[in-house]
Formats: sequence, C-alpha cells, structure tokens
Amino acid sequence: MGVLEEVLRYAIRGVPVGCIYALVAVGLVLTFKTSGVFNLAFGAQAFVSAAVFYRTHEEYGWPIVPAFVVAVLIVAPLLGYALDRVLFRHVRTAPTVAKLVSSLGLLVAIPAVVQLWFGTGRKFNPPSIAPDPGRIFRFGEFSVSADELTTIVVTLLVVVGLTALFRYSALGLRMRSVVESPRMSELAGVNADRVGSVAWVLSSLLAGLAGVLLAPLYDSVDSITFTILIVAATAAAAFGRLSSLPLTLAGGIVLGTAQQVLAGYLPLDSVLAQGLRPSLPFLMLFLLLLFWPGLRQQREAADPLSGVDPPPPSLAITYADPRVARLNRIAFLVFLTAVLVGALFVVNGYWLFLITQGLVYTTIFLSITVLTGMSGQISLCPAVFAGVGTFAAAQLAEQHGVPILWGMVIGAVAAAAVGVVVALPALRLGGLYLALATLAFALMVENVVFPLSWVSGGDAGLDVPRPQIGSIDFADDRAFFLLAFAVFGIVATAVVFIRKGTTGRYLAALRGSEVAASAIGINPVRAKITVFALSAAIAGIGGTMLASLQGSASIDEFSSFVGLFWIVLVVTLGTRTVDGAVNAGMAFILMPELLDVLGVSSSLQVPVQFALFGFGAVTFAKNPEGVVEANKRKSIQAVSRWVVRHFGEPPSATPELATSPEPVTVLDALESAGAPDTEAPVPAGGPASSPT
Amino acid sequence: MSSPQALLDAVDVSKHFGGITALDSVSLSVRGGEAVGLVGPNGAGKTTLFNCLLGLLRPDAGRIRFDGRDLIGLPVYRRARLGLGRTFQRMELFSEMTVREHLLVAERARRGTGRLWKDLLNRGAPTAEEEAEADAVLELVGLTAVADRAIESLTLGHGRLVELARALMTRPTLLLLDEPSSGLDQAESLALAGVLGSVRQERGTAVLLVEHDLAMVERVVERLYVLDFGRLLASGDRDEVLADPAVRKAYLGEEVAS
Repeated sequence: MGVLEEVLRYAIRGVPVGCIYALVAVGLVLTFKTSGVFNLAFGAQAFVSAAVFYRTHEEYGWPIVPAFVVAVLIVAPLLGYALDRVLFRHVRTAPTVAKLVSSLGLLVAIPAVVQLWFGTGRKFNPPSIAPDPGRIFRFGEFSVSADELTTIVVTLLVVVGLTALFRYSALGLRMRSVVESPRMSELAGVNADRVGSVAWVLSSLLAGLAGVLLAPLYDSVDSITFTILIVAATAAAAFGRLSSLPLTLAGGIVLGTAQQVLAGYLPLDSVLAQGLRPSLPFLMLFLLLLFWPGLRQQREAADPLSGVDPPPPSLAITYADPRVARLNRIAFLVFLTAVLVGALFVVNGYWLFLITQGLVYTTIFLSITVLTGMSGQISLCPAVFAGVGTFAAAQLAEQHGVPILWGMVIGAVAAAAVGVVVALPALRLGGLYLALATLAFALMVENVVFPLSWVSGGDAGLDVPRPQIGSIDFADDRAFFLLAFAVFGIVATAVVFIRKGTTGRYLAALRGSEVAASAIGINPVRAKITVFALSAAIAGIGGTMLASLQGSASIDEFSSFVGLFWIVLVVTLGTRTVDGAVNAGMAFILMPELLDVLGVSSSLQVPVQFALFGFGAVTFAKNPEGVVEANKRKSIQAVSRWVVRHFGEPPSATPELATSPEPVTVLDALESAGAPDTEAPVPAGGPASSPT
Repeated sequence: MSSPQALLDAVDVSKHFGGITALDSVSLSVRGGEAVGLVGPNGAGKTTLFNCLLGLLRPDAGRIRFDGRDLIGLPVYRRARLGLGRTFQRMELFSEMTVREHLLVAERARRGTGRLWKDLLNRGAPTAEEEAEADAVLELVGLTAVADRAIESLTLGHGRLVELARALMTRPTLLLLDEPSSGLDQAESLALAGVLGSVRQERGTAVLLVEHDLAMVERVVERLYVLDFGRLLASGDRDEVLADPAVRKAYLGEEVAS
C-alpha cells in the first residue's frame, strides 16, 4: 500500500468525527450569530441528548425511533427554548464577558444535573441511530460504515439547509440584524425575542443530534468527552471565522482527519504522543486564534445603543453613612479577632485544617478577583497557573532542596511568565478570544504537560514539605494556619492597594472606555497584561500553599475542570471584592460538610455542588457584583437610611450624591474584605454563604 | 500662530476602504496655538482623516508629522503622550468614576509615574500635586461644582466638558475635537465655545475642530479646511473660505447666484 493511500485511509476514518465537530460548530455559530452568546455549554447540551438516548434505549428498553424522538426532537429543543427564555434572552445586551460567564455556568451545571440522573460513570456501547449500523459500504479501496455514512449525510444536509436559511430567508435576515444590535432591530419592528428563541431551539436541536451521532463514534457516553467537544467545535468555528458555515464544515473535517492521521503515525507509547492526539483540537484552536487572519480583523461589534445601560453600582462600602462605616470597621476588627481566637483555641484539629484550607483557596480565588473583578477579563485557566506555580515550587523543593517558601516565590514568577506568554497574543483579540484561548491552553497543558513525570511526578504526584523558618516549624497545623492567614492577608491587602492605585484606576478607565483611556496615554495592553501576570502569580502562590498544607501535589487538583468550577464559584459569590473571594473559599470547603449533614451521598456531592454554583454563575450577567456584594450593598443602604432617619443627617456631605465621600482608607477597604454584615464566613459549624 | 513651523503636518494622506476612496491626497497643517476648523458634509472623510491623525486607522499613503515626529505606526496612547489630546463625538467616559477621578487618572497617565510596586506599597493614590492640577482644570472649564458627582448624573453638556477637561489634563499641545457641539442645545454650545476660548487663552493650546455647527466654527477657528468626497475643496482664512461659492454649494447646499 502506498504512503498516500495509507494517509488517505486514516483521513477518511476522521471524516465522520470531523462532521460531528462541524455539526457542533455550526450550532455554535448559529447562536453566536443570532444572540451574540458564545455558548460554551453547547457540548453539555449534546451530552443531555446522548444521555437521554442511551438511558431510554439501553436501560428502559425503548426502540430506537421513540428514544431518538424524545432525546433529539423533544428534549433538545425544549432545553434550548428553556435556556433562551430563562437566561439568554435576558443577557443579549450584556457585555461579552458576562455572556460568557453565563454559558460557562451552564457548562459546569448541565452535565452535573444530568449526572444526578444518569450516574457519574462512563457508559459503554451506546446505540446508533443508523438502521443497520454495522453494514459496510465500499467505495473502491475505501469503506464506510452505515453509522459513519449517516453522520456525513446528516451534517451535509444541516450545513446546506442553514446556509440557505441565513442567506435567502427573511428569518435569516432578521437573525443577522438581531446580532448587530437587538435593540436597534426591535426599534425596526423585529421581534428580537422570537428570533432568538428560534435560533436557540434550532441550535439545541443540532446539539442533540450531534450528541446522539457522536456517542457510537466515541464508543462511550460520559460528560467530560462531550463537554470538551466544545473546544474541537470552537476550533472548527474559528476556522470559519465564527460566521461562515461552509468554512466551518471544512474546518471540522480538517480537524477530524488530522487527528486520525496523527493517530496513525505517532508512536503510541510516549506520553507526548498520547497527550498530543486528544489535545490536537486544543492546539489547533490556540493556533487559529492567534494566527488565523480573519479572526484578527474581526472585533466584537459594539451595540450602538449600549450606552443606555447604567454603569455597575459602586462597591457597597461607598454607600455607607460615615457612622455606619465606622461601626462596620469596629465590627470587622471584633470579627477578625474572633476568627483568629476561634481557629487557634476553640475548634478541633479537623476544623482548623478545614479553615486553613479555606484560607488557602481564598488566596487562589483572589487571582480571579484581580482578573475578572478588576479588569473585566476572564481567563479559563486559573488552575493551570496554580499548577505551574505549585509544581515548580514542589520540584525545586524535592530536586534542589530549595526552601518551599522560596520555591513559592519562584513558582509565582514562573506562573506569571506563562501567563504573559499565553495572554499577550490573545489580549489584542478581546474578551471572547482570550477566554477561548485560555480554555484551549488549559486543556492542552492538562493533557500534554502536566502528566509528564518531571513536571508533576506523574500519577504518584509530588510530596510537598511544610515550610520552616529558623526555629519555627510550620508542620504544626496551628502555625501553618497563622502562615496561611498571613499569606492571605498580604495578598488581600495587595489586591486592595492595587485597586486604589494606578493600576486599578487605569483598569477602571479601560473598563469604561478603551479608546478614551488610550487617548489619555494609557497603554491598554500593558495594563491588562500586568494584571493577567499578577493574577497568575497569585494563583501560583495559593496553589503552593495548598500543596504544602496537604503535603502533596497532584494533577487532579489542578485540572481544567476544577479551574472552571473555581471561576463559577467566585463569580457567583462576588468577583469585585476580597470578601467575595473569602466567601468562595469558605463555601468551597464547607459545602461538602453541609452536604454531609444533609445526607447527600458522597458520590453525588460533586455534581450537586457543580450544579448549584454553575446555576449561580448564570446570575452574573444580571448581577455582575455577585450575590453577596449585591445584598451587602442593599443592607448597607438600608442601615444607612435607618441611621439617618433616627439620628439625623451626618455632619458632612449627603451620602446619596457623593459616590466616594472621602478618600477610602486602608481600613475602609480592608473592611470590605470581610465585613460581618453579610453572613459570617468562618466560624465552625455552618456554611458561610448559602448559594441561592 | 506664533511658530512658523507647523505643529501638525499631514501631507498627501490617502485612505481606501475596499473600492471606496475615503481620503484622496489630503494635506492639512496646524501651527502651534492656532485654531483650525475641518468641515464638510457627512461622508466627506472628516472622521477618516481624524482617525488617521489619532492612530485608529493607518493611512494607505502619505505622512503625518506631529511636533517634528513621524506619527505613522505609533499606537494611540503614544500619540497622546506626545501631546495630542482628543474628545469624542459619541461620549466616551469612564462610567464608574466621578468627574474628579476622570481628571486624576488622566493626570497620572500624563506623569507616567504609576508603577505596580508603588501600588503594592499603597503609594498609588493621587498626590496633593495631582489634586491641585485637577482642581485648576476643573476651575478652568467650570466643573468645580460637579467635581464629585458620578458621571451618570451629568447632562450631555457637562459630559462634553468632562471630556475636554480630561483631555486638558494630559497637557496637549494640540486638541482634536470631534463634533463637540453635536447633541448640545444652543446655550450649551455657546458655553463650550466660551470655555474653548479661555482654554486657548490660558494654555495656548492649538485646536483642530471637526464641526457641523457653523456658528461654533465661526466662534472658535481662524483657519478652515473644507473636505468633500475625500478631497480638499478649499482651505485658508475662515471668512474667505466660507465666502467661497464652491464651498457654499458643496457644504451649505446653496446655489449662489453670481
């Protein structure tokens, strides 16, 4: 057999998978074009239909046709319709990042909900919809199974049909106008809501179709495979510049075949090859985002009517009556003392460990506070940065005997350097592309780099020592608690200082208007890259502290999915303040305890948490300051009003007019780092913040 | 008018969008301290030229020099640091800041003294000197009374003044104003023209004004350029240009009988 023929044979095997990629990508482009939402949860929607199809057919014994009808023609469109009605309709005019976070919440929540019904394990031998799936069709030298042929034919029909719809129908025209500006379209008499619903139903149908078609090709149904499908599909969509359907189809097929050819020729035994094949879509997406010329020119179009939205509210503390602020400050100090005394002298060792862990996670989460809360960007790879910092510190400690605290500093610098390399090219492309590039990067590193034994110690993981400074040995949990508290305190203070300082004010200006900020001499790329690097460094510091607390580091703790969960958690509880991060850190630790108390079996705890916070993150678009911060603002306003009513106006200015009545002092700012008028985050016995 | 050397010197600038020629070898210069107007019907290429000057667009041909330096290829923020200030036609304000904070952040950007390590040591807050600088400009443009108001509570007229004040904080040698009177009522326009007058008097700032409102143009500028279909139709002394029949026909839509 000739070389060319061999390559072709591998390539043909990749066509059906490539078609699925294209099918998902087309669905993505469809909703992106009509609602401006880049639906990260698309793969998760595919998983829903695949799971329903599998369960009804294999476990309930339904015949293929009713199972297919229910899974693809009923459940999938209903899901799309529900998502549109409940969520996406309301975020249509929200900023790009808010939309992304909503769909990210779904990506985390939907598979978790399905798992509660479907089980968390992987299910094998999924059924095919082809009438006689095993039958082989031969075309000369090459052969295709009925299964694969069905996939190819369905994909072609969908692409041709949708292209025609967009180009030639009145509905297509309306869809295109709604993307440009939903509000403008409505002014022109287009019912943007209805157009949006149609698009979501249609795209969800495609997701369902892709899910059912894909299962037999992958030979299994599990949430991760499907959820990650989004990346391959995004690569195909990027190939079509997020707008051209035929090019998207081509992109999907190229990707599918390239994967198979690579699989055919790479040796199977090396870690690199094993990691490279599945991560080819991530690599391709990453490279496409950076180098594909069509994308570089395409900017996110700004809605000409976007100016009608009011700006986000100021931080809660700026609304306080001065007397309330003073009271707050005193209460904060009392609370702080109570936490320290309680942790050191009251609670038992188990709870001390938990609280310390919560503090360490809070430190990690501050990296999200800095990036998303302060600069309005979103990176989907916080766990990678935490991992880079941790593994660097751990390897330095193990191989070269570097003290772990020094390793932590070096690891933080390494994480920052990696952050700069990843973000620099993507930053110029804007929020959506930064998010996608970081997601691709996270999956790539997770598959190719982290498994290497010289990085992470492979499956065994790495031992990480507790630090020792002179005669103080932090092997003692109480001592380590104090260290973790100090590290958290330093990082939190730094975050507050940066927010008030030049960097924070530049970022606020850039959030307000990037062109205007440039026009007064602010270098946007430099400001954004600074905060990106800082965020990566903070993640690295937190990761090392976590590993040191637990005595070991393993790749499971820094997987990209864990990172996504961190993001939805922080986003739900508040990205803009330090106390949002504190609440998130404590919730991370206390949720499992709470679920234990409620009697949720341990196998379901992870899906329950993912579902809760995934759906919580969905509220971000409506409530960008986070649930806790919003309620805090309301309660501070209420208390201030009460004080004014009973004790008269404050001696100085009117609090309603002045947004920032006096220069915010350190204490003022730190006080928003844990003001006790929200639920108290730490004390033992109960969860900090019940996610609602 | 004092310096014979042109402050801004654009020579034979051309820009095409696909098959459309937006600018066809347009030359324009502004001397230090001078106020120059740029008028023309919509679609004449005013905004394109403006964007080329500011660095939002890269011209296909021609060169642009400012204060003796070649501007082509320099990013927007670098041009700002060279002394090119601007305001926007569609308001571009920092929605989360008060009026004073707008000025303070611009002042910090001009000084370029912000460093991450200073922030980390809590030395990033505005200094007394910066506050004084901001107060002076607030006084100059007449915004002192609303200095601590949130930006969302201001009128459009005040908003334009904030943009002007913010631009002034960077101590520009040339201010580019993009249709500052659009959307303003007559009283607000007059006030703006008055403020521009006192700014020029006190700071000696040169002005390049893109404007539709001829009353505003007459009040502010000394020289005038008229663009039509991407070409320079006329240029020179304000009154002479406005009296030119070709200009009246193209821009004012008047058939001048004579």
